[in-house]
Amino acid sequence: MTTNASQHRDLIHRFVTETFGQYVLSHDDFRGDLSLYIKAEGLIPICEAFLEDDSLQVHFLADLTVVDWLDTERGDEHGRFEVVYNLWSMRHNYRFFLKVFLPDTEPRVASLTDLWQGANWMEREAYDLFGIDFVGHPNLEKILTPDDLDGFPLRKDFPLTYEVPHFTWNKDQPPEVIR
Amino acid sequence: MTTATAEAKTLTINMGPQHPSTHGVLRVELEVEGETVVKATPIIGYLHTGIEKTMESKLYYKAAPCTDRMDYLAPMSNNLGYALAVEKLMDIDVPDKVKWARVCLAELTRLNSHLVWLGTHALDLGAMSMVLYAMRDRESVVDIYEACGGQRMMTTYIRIGGLADDLPKDFDKRVRNTLKQIKAGIADYETLLKENQIFINRTKDVAVISAEDAINWSLSGPMLRGSGIARDLRKDAPYSGYENFDFKVCIGEKGDAYDRYRLRIEEMNESIKIIEQALDGMPEGPSRAHVPGVVLPPKLDVLEKMESMIFHFKIITHGFDAPVGGVYQGIESPKGELGFYIAGDGTNMPRRIRVRPPSFINLASLPKLCEGQMLSDVVCAIGSIDIVLGEVDR
Repeated sequence: MTTNASQHRDLIHRFVTETFGQYVLSHDDFRGDLSLYIKAEGLIPICEAFLEDDSLQVHFLADLTVVDWLDTERGDEHGRFEVVYNLWSMRHNYRFFLKVFLPDTEPRVASLTDLWQGANWMEREAYDLFGIDFVGHPNLEKILTPDDLDGFPLRKDFPLTYEVPHFTWNKDQPPEVIR
Repeated sequence: MTTATAEAKTLTINMGPQHPSTHGVLRVELEVEGETVVKATPIIGYLHTGIEKTMESKLYYKAAPCTDRMDYLAPMSNNLGYALAVEKLMDIDVPDKVKWARVCLAELTRLNSHLVWLGTHALDLGAMSMVLYAMRDRESVVDIYEACGGQRMMTTYIRIGGLADDLPKDFDKRVRNTLKQIKAGIADYETLLKENQIFINRTKDVAVISAEDAINWSLSGPMLRGSGIARDLRKDAPYSGYENFDFKVCIGEKGDAYDRYRLRIEEMNESIKIIEQALDGMPEGPSRAHVPGVVLPPKLDVLEKMESMIFHFKIITHGFDAPVGGVYQGIESPKGELGFYIAGDGTNMPRRIRVRPPSFINLASLPKLCEGQMLSDVVCAIGSIDIVLGEVDR
């Protein structure tokens, strides 16, 4: 980490912990990237503060993704789903992460669509593939998978399957799915 | 007649998924009032193959070939993004030669992708001959891919810890010849399009997006820079040794389709400069990092040395165990910020590989770009975003 990056890291870290200390659970610097683990209810206030603040200009939501920690130590300890918000400071050109752990049953977190238009499709994708409920999303529908697909394919308990294609020699057999 | 019009004012029409100007299987549901678009809803997913899931069920090493099947017009950029992300996760550094070669290849990829974009975009807007010239010049870039990785599109040449093989012996000469051809080509394109009144009329003040909106919609690449925001990860978060190269970040002013066209042409010129610098300063050295157990040893060593043989066997059969934690590596691909978020869980297979697809996130802004515009401008808007459906749907 260069000196500049470590300064920016401290700025961001201080900004969040000073005002929103009650929401911050912990932080880490894995491979030089700052990750702040926050409570789900702290997401909206923290992001609103980022958007209003002009000294850091964290105005860019670069990405949003989910990690399924099913049957791992990390998942058992914090919660099965880890929602990762990838934010970028326009002024300092610095990237950091907000992470929210959600439980196995009814994973639910507030939607960021009121703050960032870009969150719309990202959240739809996370809903489609992981089944995370983004509360307040205007149009939380499937986006990538077919309408008749049940379940959330990127969850770790969704098996990889192979559907046997139909040819002339097996066209009368019922469809077979190999798991 | 006066009463009936109020109800049947708008008409819903379908554009795609087999429409030639949607560049693949994109469907846009358009609600039009006369010739004006009232509402546009892009519908995607026709090409969804679950490539992230596929990658998560493979060893790190074996997931690499999946990457270039996403954005098939910029395979080397995808390879580079994935390789850098895994290298970050495993905390390994690569030799200078590899960095320089990667920069060179990534910029060639930018030329490749922009040339295809230029040809097809101009074709959509009625400049029929452009596509032939652009494809002709792009062919020479694809030939270089073939010389490097043996494949013209699905290269998988950039691997974890280095390159699949050393650069071909005549790499320098080939690339310089290509650059000469593309330079001459760009001069030709300028005469065909820059002053072309039809092209200007169809792109100027069309598909406009302001700087604030572009940031709010999370746009990246030419879509963001066209609106005047100089965000380029090659400068702002340098990777693979980009800090050693001298180039400028091109920006537009108004954020319309014409600005994005000018910007991409300028970017091609900058790419040519970067490639020339990379060729001039190409250091000598191995084409792979020496990290036993993670990076495959050179083939000759495998045949002669016992340790290398063991490591080779170990990597192919078991792979390597990654630490628990997530890393993100973003690169400036031709279409915008391409990022890989990789979460390791202590085993030899990734817990999660998330691709931040620039096309997908840029495409989300399509309604913003074409609502209130003419129906024919939708074609221009889709073209100026520069999408590849393989990457949008994954």
